[in-house]
Amino acid sequence: MDVQIALLLSQDGLTNGAIYALLALAIVLVFVVTRVLWVPQGEFVSYGALTLASLQLGKVPGTVWLLVCAGLATALVDGVVAWREGRWRRLPRSLAFNVALPLALAALATWLAPRNPPLIVQIVLSIALIVPLGAMVYRLAFQPLQRASVLVLLIVSVAVHFAMQGLGLVFFGPEGARTPAFTDARFELGVMTVSGQSLLVIGASMLLIIVLYLFFERTIYGKALRATAVNRTGARLVGISTTLAGKLTFTLAAGIGAVSGILVAPIATIYYDSGFLIGLKGFVGSVVGAIVSYPLAAVGAVLVGMLESFGSFYASALKEVIVFTALLPVLVWLSLRTRHVEEEDEE
Amino acid sequence: MSPMLEVDGLSVAYGKVEALHGARLVLPAGSIVTVIGPNGAGKTTMLAAIMGLLPARGVVRYEGRDVSGDDVEARVAQGLVLVPERRELFGEMTVADNLVLGAFARYRRRERGIDADLEAVYQRFPRLRERRSQLAGTLSGGERQMLALGRALMTRPRVLMLDEPSLGLAPLVVREIFQIIADLRRTGVSILLVEQNARAALQVADHAYVLETGDMVLEGEARSLATHPRVIETYLGLAAGTRRDSAA
Amino acid sequence: MSPQRLLSLAALAVLALAPLVVSEFSVTLLNYIGLASLVAIGCSLLTGVGGLTSFGQAAFVGLGAYTTAVLTTQFGWSPWLTLPAGLALTTAVAMLLAVITLRLSGHFLPVGTIAWGISLYYLFANVDGLGGQTGITGVPPLQIGEHVVNTGREFYYLVWIFVVLALVAMRNLLDSRPGRAIRALRGGVMMAESCGVDTQHYRAVIFLVSALLACLSGWLYAHLIRFVNPSPFSINLSIEYLFMAVIGGASHVWGAVVGATVLTVLKQWLQDILPRLIHASGNFETIVFGLLMVLLLQRARTGIMPFLSRFLPLEQPVAVPDLEPSKVEPEATLASRPKPAAGEPLLEVRQAVRRFGGLVAVNRISFEMRAGEILGLIGPNGAGKSTMFNLITGVLAPSAGEVWLRGERVDHLRSRQIAQRGVARTFQHVQLRPGMSVIENVAIGAHLRASGGVMGAALRLDRAAERSMLREARVQLERVGLGAELLAPAGSLPLGSQRILEVARALAADPMLLLLDEPAAGLRYQEKRALADLLVRLRGEGVSILLVEHDMDFVMNLVDRLVVMQFGEQIATGLPHEIQANPAVIEAYLGGVE
Repeated sequence: MDVQIALLLSQDGLTNGAIYALLALAIVLVFVVTRVLWVPQGEFVSYGALTLASLQLGKVPGTVWLLVCAGLATALVDGVVAWREGRWRRLPRSLAFNVALPLALAALATWLAPRNPPLIVQIVLSIALIVPLGAMVYRLAFQPLQRASVLVLLIVSVAVHFAMQGLGLVFFGPEGARTPAFTDARFELGVMTVSGQSLLVIGASMLLIIVLYLFFERTIYGKALRATAVNRTGARLVGISTTLAGKLTFTLAAGIGAVSGILVAPIATIYYDSGFLIGLKGFVGSVVGAIVSYPLAAVGAVLVGMLESFGSFYASALKEVIVFTALLPVLVWLSLRTRHVEEEDEE
Repeated sequence: MSPMLEVDGLSVAYGKVEALHGARLVLPAGSIVTVIGPNGAGKTTMLAAIMGLLPARGVVRYEGRDVSGDDVEARVAQGLVLVPERRELFGEMTVADNLVLGAFARYRRRERGIDADLEAVYQRFPRLRERRSQLAGTLSGGERQMLALGRALMTRPRVLMLDEPSLGLAPLVVREIFQIIADLRRTGVSILLVEQNARAALQVADHAYVLETGDMVLEGEARSLATHPRVIETYLGLAAGTRRDSAA
Repeated sequence: MSPQRLLSLAALAVLALAPLVVSEFSVTLLNYIGLASLVAIGCSLLTGVGGLTSFGQAAFVGLGAYTTAVLTTQFGWSPWLTLPAGLALTTAVAMLLAVITLRLSGHFLPVGTIAWGISLYYLFANVDGLGGQTGITGVPPLQIGEHVVNTGREFYYLVWIFVVLALVAMRNLLDSRPGRAIRALRGGVMMAESCGVDTQHYRAVIFLVSALLACLSGWLYAHLIRFVNPSPFSINLSIEYLFMAVIGGASHVWGAVVGATVLTVLKQWLQDILPRLIHASGNFETIVFGLLMVLLLQRARTGIMPFLSRFLPLEQPVAVPDLEPSKVEPEATLASRPKPAAGEPLLEVRQAVRRFGGLVAVNRISFEMRAGEILGLIGPNGAGKSTMFNLITGVLAPSAGEVWLRGERVDHLRSRQIAQRGVARTFQHVQLRPGMSVIENVAIGAHLRASGGVMGAALRLDRAAERSMLREARVQLERVGLGAELLAPAGSLPLGSQRILEVARALAADPMLLLLDEPAAGLRYQEKRALADLLVRLRGEGVSILLVEHDMDFVMNLVDRLVVMQFGEQIATGLPHEIQANPAVIEAYLGGVE
């Protein structure tokens, strides 16, 4: 391998790594706040990419119907609970968020799609169609299980993966899609050619990471999420409800997933089930930080991207094997660092 | 005038095991009421149930309204606030962030005066101002208790429930804490105080209840209970056996 | 004959006759159910009973299938030799994964197995010699003697013989010494380790057992279909096996078979109707499975077996051994450990310190205990008494200072090793398995007094040892006054009795030093008196007791000496009447604000 190829591979690795880093951060966030090992993070990625692809083809994306259905289901559950407890106070808000908002977004998307709006509008619309799904998933799957053990939450998490992947097939079909590059620009940097597309992906992902950092450090809601992660009872005692924290966290995760999907759409052909593997690579990255450390998760995710890129050069058929087997030495390293076995709060 | 807090027939069971049997308690506005009793009597359980942290049977009336159906967060937002025995601070966050989060419910309502309240907490606990950018987990026991109190004050409580505020604190700090409790009452906060340190609690309180293995066994004016033989016996067993033998 | 046995015989009869009456298609379906059951039985042990999860079970199935496919088609091995080869390979992989992940918290095993499952799937699909996506054809049929097993109906008997054997072995295992240790895993590591259970060992064991069952299923599968390709070994299948175990629940071994049946039949049916409903082809059944699992875990986490138990006599109660001397085989009592002579130095704590972050929970505490003594450790809430207990029993290591037990320094030892040296304890917050019977909970305490591993238990070679352990448990329960509650679920006892159960569990370990953390809390007066009498009797038998207790009537009348702690400091040491008159102690308890 010469320097040129190595640089090219690094560029690829960094580009993918930047996307994995976003997913890894979302996975860490969901775990520390809600104790859910969020396996289906990648589903948001395929939803995001396929939504944008549909819009680019002037078609109404399947996400529209998915969102409306999920919203109706959520409102129904909220309604049943309100009826059973005889407490209707919160129902209007639920109806607004779960019924009115999805219908409005659906109408907007249906109207806009055939009119071929500018790329930025398509992107914003794609993200807007996916973000509300986060809170809905939390409401339907995890809110009733706030006291459950990590084990139960994990099994629910893979069950949600099953459902989301199947729904992806229903609403997007089995065909894959790849969007045109956002930019064809290329820059000569010494011996290396840097693609504008790569720079865009890395830049966007770094920007989002900075925004997230500011959110957690500077805003009261960001601090509230950190507080819930640190001490759930303490958070409740100052009025931060576990449910609010959970919904906010899943909203962020969905948003991060959708952005990642849009960034990955021009890089790879995405099918309804591609997200799973992409999300799992973010997962591998997050394990480097034991699923609790944001910086280590990001570093781990970039390493995964590099490993994948170089792995595919040497043994392209085995790149997945290389990436996932690399997790084992990471686990050994973690194992040697821990000094105690945690207690499970079972039953 | 209706009492700030009224508890009636409050029972809590862990599984099939009942830890609190039909507790009854009244906290008049602007007063300090204490619940004393030995370890394991169910004091912490009672506070957790009033706060909504534990599922319980019975009625909890706050400012005359039954709040049994409200969750913890709703009770906090209405001004019913607990400083728990374990303090439950945000150990990996700074002292300042801990305090600011105390006002979370007020930020959500876009209330004013939060900054002024923060300043007031720093005035009251100058140590916290010194340590405001330190992580809460690195504080000493007394500083943790001050931070827990400060964080509770940031919620602007109307009823403040304190679970063992003197726990694990040196006598000098205990005195300081009880001074603050007395000061708070003067600002109009009603206080429900749960303590092992019976003498200090009875001295600062207006009215007292004695809880023993889940049952309220005694109540009365705080001053008169301070010398009641049953209280001393409950704690130190000096009258070993006499009463129990006749009871059994 | 017991109703349970009748039911089992009826089930066996139905299994034996089924292929004679049902269609060829149904036999095929039943074969798949049997193969899935084998894997699900392992998942049920691992997840339902042991509280661990694996997403690599399908990969172990694949390992079994590919091992036999490669060795039979390319090297001409007999299938009966490839099975041990596959099992050996599986053992190696499972042990490697166990070593890597089991020291970490519970959620790293699933994370590790996800990685392993995906890696293996892509290896199958991409390595030359494994046939890629098209797979390996021409796997030979099984042959028993001269007879070739090549019809579905014949294969049916083969598969279900394995399933029934696995069920019997599993039932035997769970009702045994290692089985109780495995069932204790979910209750938290602390209690099990304090009884001398090597929790990491048993976690590794159940992971291995589940992997071996999966491998066996793969071997059978390869010889049933006579062809292997990667797709049945993907991570989605692993998830389905896990779902089967969840549907069945862990309350009964048959649950895995029920779960496998429900999911397999449902999948068949959904794959039939859903594409027609949606007018497209694809694996839409995953949607239904996903939603079904979410609902099940929200509404009925114990699976559907408890529901079936209402109508069928599924629960087989533990056989309670007799205590009449005439019926006790003399060799079947547990050996007791020689107790140190009264007055011999037993325990010494030297300047023990324990810090938590900025807090000093225990600060330079020193005391000693002699054999045959009851020492009280008292102090107000938060004084550091329970921390002191944890330092002595190896749950925590001291930040500074030393703990010596009979001339041996023990402060660096783990709690299991301390238990081996004859120290037993109870907990301030009761630690027992609420769903297990009272007698089984107590038998966990006798774990170190018997031996016997998983194989012996599965084959029922352990009955003599088992009877003596249960007899010991019963003896201790009679002794503490819980003899009438032997078969009740431990969680149904009042809290006071649960604490007494913990005392019995500690006694079942035949300790020389007994640490009791608030044993009298929640007891009524008569019960307290009985407990005090028991402790005095134990002292007479040479057991030394370290007691944390808040009921001063109880403490003062019982102990020989007292150590008083406050804010982690030792404020007094002495005889009960000295302590009661000590002004520092009175101030510590009642407070000192003027």
